[in-house]
Amino acid sequence: MNGLLNWLDARLPIVKVWKEHLSEYYAPKNFNFYYIFGFLAMVVLVNQLLTGLWLTMFYTPTAEQAFGSVEYIMRDVSYGWLLRYMHSTGASAFFIVVYLHMFRGLLYGSYQKPRELIWLIGVVLFILLLAEAFFGYLLPWGQMSYWGAQVITSLFGAIPYVGDTLVTWLRGDYNISTVTLQRFFALHVVGLPIMFLGLVFLHIVALHKVGSNNPEGVEIKKHKNDKGVPLDGIPFHPYYTVKDFFAMVVFLILFFAVVFYAPEMGGYFLEHANFTPANPLTTPEYIAPVWYMTPFYAMLRSVPDKLSGVMVMFASIVVFFFIPWLDRSPVRSIRYKGMLSKWMLGIFVVTFVVLGYLGTVAVTPTKLLIARVGTVLYFAYFILMPLYTRLESHKDVPQRITK
Amino acid sequence: MRTFLLIITLLLVQTTVYAADANIELKSLRVNLNNQASLQRGAQLFMNYCSGCHSLKYLRYTSMAKGLGLTTFDGSIDKDLLMNNLIFTSSKPHEPIEVAMPDVDARQWFGRMPPDLTLTSRERGPNWIYTYLKSFYKDETRPFGANNLLVPDVSMPNVLVNLQGEVIAAKNKGHSGGQPPLKLVLIEPGSMTQQEFDSALKDLVTFLVYVAEPHKLERYSLGVWVLMFLMVLAVFAYLLKKAYWKNI
Repeated sequence: MNGLLNWLDARLPIVKVWKEHLSEYYAPKNFNFYYIFGFLAMVVLVNQLLTGLWLTMFYTPTAEQAFGSVEYIMRDVSYGWLLRYMHSTGASAFFIVVYLHMFRGLLYGSYQKPRELIWLIGVVLFILLLAEAFFGYLLPWGQMSYWGAQVITSLFGAIPYVGDTLVTWLRGDYNISTVTLQRFFALHVVGLPIMFLGLVFLHIVALHKVGSNNPEGVEIKKHKNDKGVPLDGIPFHPYYTVKDFFAMVVFLILFFAVVFYAPEMGGYFLEHANFTPANPLTTPEYIAPVWYMTPFYAMLRSVPDKLSGVMVMFASIVVFFFIPWLDRSPVRSIRYKGMLSKWMLGIFVVTFVVLGYLGTVAVTPTKLLIARVGTVLYFAYFILMPLYTRLESHKDVPQRITK
Repeated sequence: MRTFLLIITLLLVQTTVYAADANIELKSLRVNLNNQASLQRGAQLFMNYCSGCHSLKYLRYTSMAKGLGLTTFDGSIDKDLLMNNLIFTSSKPHEPIEVAMPDVDARQWFGRMPPDLTLTSRERGPNWIYTYLKSFYKDETRPFGANNLLVPDVSMPNVLVNLQGEVIAAKNKGHSGGQPPLKLVLIEPGSMTQQEFDSALKDLVTFLVYVAEPHKLERYSLGVWVLMFLMVLAVFAYLLKKAYWKNI
């Protein structure tokens, strides 16, 4: 056994990588609840890749057969229903986990110097995840799949001069059709997953280069012992591997409770209208994206002009790129920031949830007004950040992690 | 641009989930998929009254037979029982449940092909189907002499009229904002009493809930084992974590 390891290690840096990234990779000892979601995102990613691989074996990407092939998976393929529910629940779980992961970043200033690049790669990953979910949602070829894709692709038509041509080019047809379905399928199962995996790799490599932040926002590398080990750090393996393993099992309990007992989640994870095959001749009475896109959809709908609405929606995602430079606070963690930062983050989270709800329901004048106020508050969090992070008084950050 | 405007307009106008439906309260129904006798009666009702026009094309006769418990002592499907009681077309047992009615004829008779019902209970819910089937009434102005409170001017005839009896819609006395303007009154009893009819509809809806997701019961029972395993694993995972973190 040792001989084999030595033989391999002479040809592949196994021991070196193991030490650098696990057994001698020092992470702060004070990670809390919010620090498990990066790992859980990887767990969900593996779930999506494996279940997706098997679903691909039975799925047929044509307008005539797509819906039927999904029902074939649900009925005739052995445990096909389980694979499909794990995949559909996994999609929602991915967003829950990623939103909490991003919230952690905002909470403890994980985007601040020297971790700007990790944050930027993360935002690109989030955009890829949205695209991946959008492409995947067309595949069951239900009414909502079809009309959702119709609405989202038509958004590009708002671009002046080239809009209509661009929409036709994206769809490969004048409407959503088999051509569109097949390119979405290719992107969903090959194109985006490859990019996604590459960026996840870079996300982790970039993280390990600078080391993790922590709830205190203290830089643990400032205080090392004579061997160069951070005094407030503990090796990732075994401490965080066993902790993450426990977190994963708890997560899987919740995940499988949904898979087995509420895979539709009351129409939020699997929309009721998507149990009817796509019909290009009948527009559903009410088109709503799946819950994880509704905050952005609510902002789109709150703007009366189409082009401006589309720009607002894209801006609401792109604005995340600028956070590392918008935050002017000398401290990282919310624990040491002032009241203004705390209030703004609180308002931002409430706004995001309210917008998410508004995106799932039909528009009424009152709800439209709330959505507009929400849109303003959403952007206020980002645009006013240079002001409130600089103006507020902050507490002094300790030198070490004390517990 | 036009599509977008259309959609936005629809979003602004729309207030209920199903625009075609009248705004009446759905009757609630508790469905028990474990009741195999009810499932079998529902299947019988479906095959006798619905299957002439409505397919269940995502379900095979054999899968249905398994779900309904139409098996012989060795666990294989009782084909004779199936062929004699539930297959009224020239289909073979392993084939999906299709309709014999040609599309062209259906369009001429009803204006459209009657919808496939495999997934209706997942799309609209069991309460909707139950309410819909209880909302038919006599209306001579309609081509088939029947109308429906839930889906006004529906193109489907009241196929269960012989069981339910003749129902008319009478003006609701002292009608005010909160109440529906019409109420249904039974004027001539059918072959079933009201209780029997409700119970038959319950069987039918139970069958349709089963049809929409044949593996539902398997899902429930497998879930217990998976969750139990994970809970036991969680205990050991926690103890392992605690042991390692003792000195931190």
